Amino acid sequence: MQAPFYTRRRFLIGAGLTTTAFATGLASPVTAQSFKPTQTMRGGSNNYRPNAPLVDKLGNGFHISGNVRLAGTGQPIQNARIQIWAATTLGGEREPRNHGSVLTQADGSYHLEMEQIVPNFGQPHAHLAYDDGSFKTVFLRPVMPSASDTSLAVDFVLTRA
Amino acid sequence: MADQPLHSRFKNALIWGALALALVTPLLVATQSPYLASRQPIYIAAGFAGILALLLFLLQPLLAGSLLPGLRPRASRMWHRATGSLILVSVVAHIGGLYLTSPPDTLDALLLVSPTPFSVYGVVALWGLIITALLVTLRQKLPLRFLHWSILHNTLAVVVVLSTVVHALLIEGTMGIASKWLTCGAVLTITAWVLFDIRIRRPRRTR
Repeated sequence: MQAPFYTRRRFLIGAGLTTTAFATGLASPVTAQSFKPTQTMRGGSNNYRPNAPLVDKLGNGFHISGNVRLAGTGQPIQNARIQIWAATTLGGEREPRNHGSVLTQADGSYHLEMEQIVPNFGQPHAHLAYDDGSFKTVFLRPVMPSASDTSLAVDFVLTRA
Repeated sequence: MADQPLHSRFKNALIWGALALALVTPLLVATQSPYLASRQPIYIAAGFAGILALLLFLLQPLLAGSLLPGLRPRASRMWHRATGSLILVSVVAHIGGLYLTSPPDTLDALLLVSPTPFSVYGVVALWGLIITALLVTLRQKLPLRFLHWSILHNTLAVVVVLSTVVHALLIEGTMGIASKWLTCGAVLTITAWVLFDIRIRRPRRTR
């Protein structure tokens, strides 16, 4: 049987051109996607206590940070309230001291320092929510790659409500 | 067993000692977990109930095969039934304790909508256990020959043990990593050996 199109030479030429395009930045898998809305994750709203108080920090040693942008354009969203909770060395996810909110800066970034997150229900993870009127509600449940991590970056891309 | 030679008694003591060590060590290791400090008592109990259920799967096949020295087949079978009940009680305590700790997480797991990859294996093991319990309770009433019943029982045992092991290995919990992997390896080896022994080796010998 003959495969007329997929010869080795054609494959190598194609692969070479693709590599060149990515390397020179003519095409990039990153820029190819515009800012798509962040989807709510399974179990994201578990143990949610609405309206967690605005806090400067919830503890020491663990840093949650990220950027909040508008879907499509990627324009930073200022003063968006991000609610954060997680099981830490202070206690479980229902422990009030593990719940807090922060507002995003002018550049759309937010940051919260809290106690070290510990594995809860089998996985080390945090919960984050955007649940105010201006944009559609999003509940996230990012899992840390390692339980010994001391930081977690979580970005939001929101759509208008 | 006064009529047994000394080396045989020593061997028996060694087997029972090794079994006791295999059952107790993972529990002791888990009591040293740094995660315990920030957990509520009910969550800790739920975790230990899960560890106990896993550990009992070391014992259960040995009792089924009547392989423990000093235990006559009749007593072994009685202990097999008792251990089976204890496994069921441990699993109920495990899930009940997790429910009291976090109802939404536990319901998600039971309804198979949890984001955690290991919970589906836990639920499979749970259903396997429930069906096993029903088959055991209704054995006399079911229109099943004993051979067919026991093959069904063995098949369910394989499903329950495999899913329990995967469930345990994927969880980041209070068990020590080494003791968990060793326990799971031992559970799989013993289960496989006993199944081979009672289903293939023994029937072949008596034929």
